[in-house]
Parts: sequence; C-alpha cells; structure tokens
Amino acid sequence: MQFTINGQSHQAEVDIRTSLLDLCREHLGLTGSKKGCDHGQCGACTMIVNGRRINSCLTLAVMHQDDDIVTIEGIGTPENLAPLQRAFVSHDAFQCGYCTPGQICSATAMIEEAKMGWPSHVSGTLDGGVTLDNEEISERMSGNICRCAAYPNIVDAIREVAGA
Amino acid sequence: MKTFDYARADSPEDAVAAAGDEDTYFIAGGTNLLDLMKLQVETPARLVDISRLDLNRIEDTDEGGLRIGALVANSDLAADQRVRDRYEVLSRALLAGASGQLRNKASTGGNLLQRTRCYYFYDTASRCNKREPGTGCDALEGFNRIHAVLGTSDHCIATHPGDMPVAMRALGAVIVTLKKDGDRRRIPIHDFYRLPGDTPHIETVLQPGELITHVELPPAPAGRQLYRKVRDRASYAFALVSVAGIVSVEDGRIASAALAFGGLGPMPWRDAAVEAALVGNAPSSAAFEAAADALLKDARGYGSNDFKLPLVRRTLIACLRDLTGDAA
Repeated sequence: MQFTINGQSHQAEVDIRTSLLDLCREHLGLTGSKKGCDHGQCGACTMIVNGRRINSCLTLAVMHQDDDIVTIEGIGTPENLAPLQRAFVSHDAFQCGYCTPGQICSATAMIEEAKMGWPSHVSGTLDGGVTLDNEEISERMSGNICRCAAYPNIVDAIREVAGA
Repeated sequence: MKTFDYARADSPEDAVAAAGDEDTYFIAGGTNLLDLMKLQVETPARLVDISRLDLNRIEDTDEGGLRIGALVANSDLAADQRVRDRYEVLSRALLAGASGQLRNKASTGGNLLQRTRCYYFYDTASRCNKREPGTGCDALEGFNRIHAVLGTSDHCIATHPGDMPVAMRALGAVIVTLKKDGDRRRIPIHDFYRLPGDTPHIETVLQPGELITHVELPPAPAGRQLYRKVRDRASYAFALVSVAGIVSVEDGRIASAALAFGGLGPMPWRDAAVEAALVGNAPSSAAFEAAADALLKDARGYGSNDFKLPLVRRTLIACLRDLTGDAA
C-alpha cells in the first residue's frame, strides 16, 4: 500500500485491519500521534486528512491510500515549532503531554474551520463570523480529552494564536 | 477485531453488486462500524468501501428542497449555507452531535444507521437480543438510565442515539436507496425505522445489499425551528432527551407543528397526536401540557430512566414556549 504522510511517500504492507493510527505508529515510525482510548472518544490520535481533523484510530489505513495525511510530525519540529506549539509551551498547556499532539493537530484544523465560518453548537447564530472566545474554543475542542485537566491553559494557548 | 475481506466500490452499482449477504457491510465514515468491530459486536466477513463514490454533493431539487448525497460529512451538511439558512433545525442537530473530528468523518447515510449506545449491546459478555437474537435483554432490569421510554418491547429497550435523524424526522426527509436488483426506492423517514418488537436486531426496512444514496429534504417549512438537546455534559455526549421542533403561528394560533424526539425511543420519535394537540390552538400552557400528555400517553420507565418522563415534558414545554413566544 502507498501513503502520503507529511508530504512524504511511504510504502507499507499491513494487515487489512490496521488503523491509520497503527500504520503510522507501528509501521512507519511516526509515534507522535498517540493511542488513548482507540475508540474515537479521547482525540489523542487526531490527524489532519485532506485538510480535515479526524480520529485516526477509527479509520482503516487501506481507506486512505490516496489521501494527504498530516501528523504532529508534519506540523512542527523541536527546532522549528509551529505557533500553536510555541503557545502550548508558553502557556504551560500540558502536564503529562500525552494528549498534546492530538490537541495541536485538532486545534490546527479547528482554526481553519472557524476561518471558513463554520458555526458550532454554542454559536448564537448560524450566519458565520466566528469569534474564537473561550466558549467557542471549548466547544470546538470537546473531542480532545486531557486527563491532567490542563483545559484552561489549552484554551488560553489556542486563543493566543487564533482567538479573540 | 476479526479479519475481513475488503473491496473498494467504484460506483453505487458496483457496491450493491458486491453486497447482498448479511455478512457483507458497506463502510463509509466507519466511525461507528469500526468501533463495533474492535469490540467484536460486529464481525463482518467482507467490507465494501463506498467512501470514494460520487455521493458527496448537496443539490437543490426542482421542488425547492435539497438532495443530500449519502456521503456528505456531518460537518459539511451542518455548514452548508442553504441548510443554515433554511433548515436551522438540521444544522443545530448536527452541531449538537459528537465531536469535530467525528463530524468530519461521519456520513449522512451512516448517521441514519447509527447503532444504539446501550451498554449491554456493547458488552459481549451480556445478554442482548439486538446483538445476539434470542439471548435476552440485560437492560430491562439493569442499568437503564439512558434507555427508551417509548416504543420498547420485552425484547429490547435500546434507544436510537442520533441527533441528525431526529431533525430529519421533523423535516419529513425521504431516504433514497439503490437496491441489489437495480431498482431505486424512496422511503419516507416515517417508514424507514422499525420498532424492536421481537426482532430488535432488524432496525430499518432496508433489504440486504440496499444502499442509501441520498436523503431528500422537502422545501423549507414555515415557522421557527430549533433543536434542544439535554445531556450529562455540555458537549460531546449523547442525548438523554432531545427535541427537534418546527412550529408556525398565524393570527395567534398554531398553524403547523412538527416535533420529533431523540433519547426516548428505538427510533427518532414523532407522534401525530402531539402535533394535533397543538394545531389550531393558541399557544398556552394548557395546550403545551396537552401535547406532552399526548407524547407520554404510552410511555413507561424501567427504573433508572424514569426521570426521562418529567424531563421530556419540561423540555418540550420550554421548546414550545421558545417556538411560539412573542412575535411568532
């Protein structure tokens, strides 16, 4: 099977049951994405596929052979952090750090969703013009669980990069 | 997860040709099916991947409604400008469901077929007539806080967990399918779901190998629309009770009402008697109480879910106040 991940082409022969998450972690050495619940409930495995954030644990690798896949390794590097990564550091937006790659992948795509004017459950109207205040950020990030409960600082970090 | 054969379909005709036996499943977003496969609640022998089919557009119909491809993602449907402008109840229902990640993957067709979140359905060590017909139902006398109060049977008290289908029931959507013999069917959502009776494993009228290709919405209804969801946490949780409401008021009287409910029954629930209790009457507490009485006439709790009866009464009345208040 042929995959494009972070702009690089990869070949892998994997069991048909392999999730996109396990493909990256177990076969391609991309261990930044984390496995939390493996059932789409925690968001630690979030990747950006064709521009959209998804739970990589809940999709089969074989279904993504022609897709453009971005993992945390494609967002930034220790030498060249993305703005969200810098903001997570400066706001102390993690404790154990296990959920952080998923939080940052999710927030990266969430900011683009807001720029497109996608409303959310807490938006007062559906007519676009989204302002990413604390309430909007919390709602839009509800698919990413932080067991250390660093939520206030996660929201602050995202708001610094994208919000009001 | 049990292993399976995999084939990618290139057209709807391909897909139905490859399906037809009960061990072959279509897979689109996969967010529900793969979850169930990991737990071996579902063990298909073969998956037909329909995710690349050309069924991901939202088009205007000649009648003034919308034709939604079965593969349109929940997030795209919620954000579509026509849906936001004319079918607010649908946009709101979609946005109240799941998480951003799941809405990006979950499809319109798949969401209609979402399986229950009954704990005993998920736990393969428990008895469940939906998962293993004839074994019994551990929910009846178990932890049934999230379970149904309407449309249940002695064999199953599971709820349909969806939000989108509740709005679609209020809107009177039509589900368009392609059958294995090449025929198309147009199934009003009113006729799409089946009550559990003694066959709770059969949830819809779809035949083996029948593929949902589109969902059609009639022209936008008159009046106000809302979707209200009551749940255990403010986001990313299933409904304990939800209400999709569309009500118009003319000359001080309720001219039309469409009300559908989530969290109450084995299907998105709609009862003509609820609407009949409202139409023709002036909005009033008495009329709203009568509508709630009609809804709950045959309702029963199973212990832990008894609270749903007063909860849905209050939720419905609050929704009706919002739908008919002031300028309506």
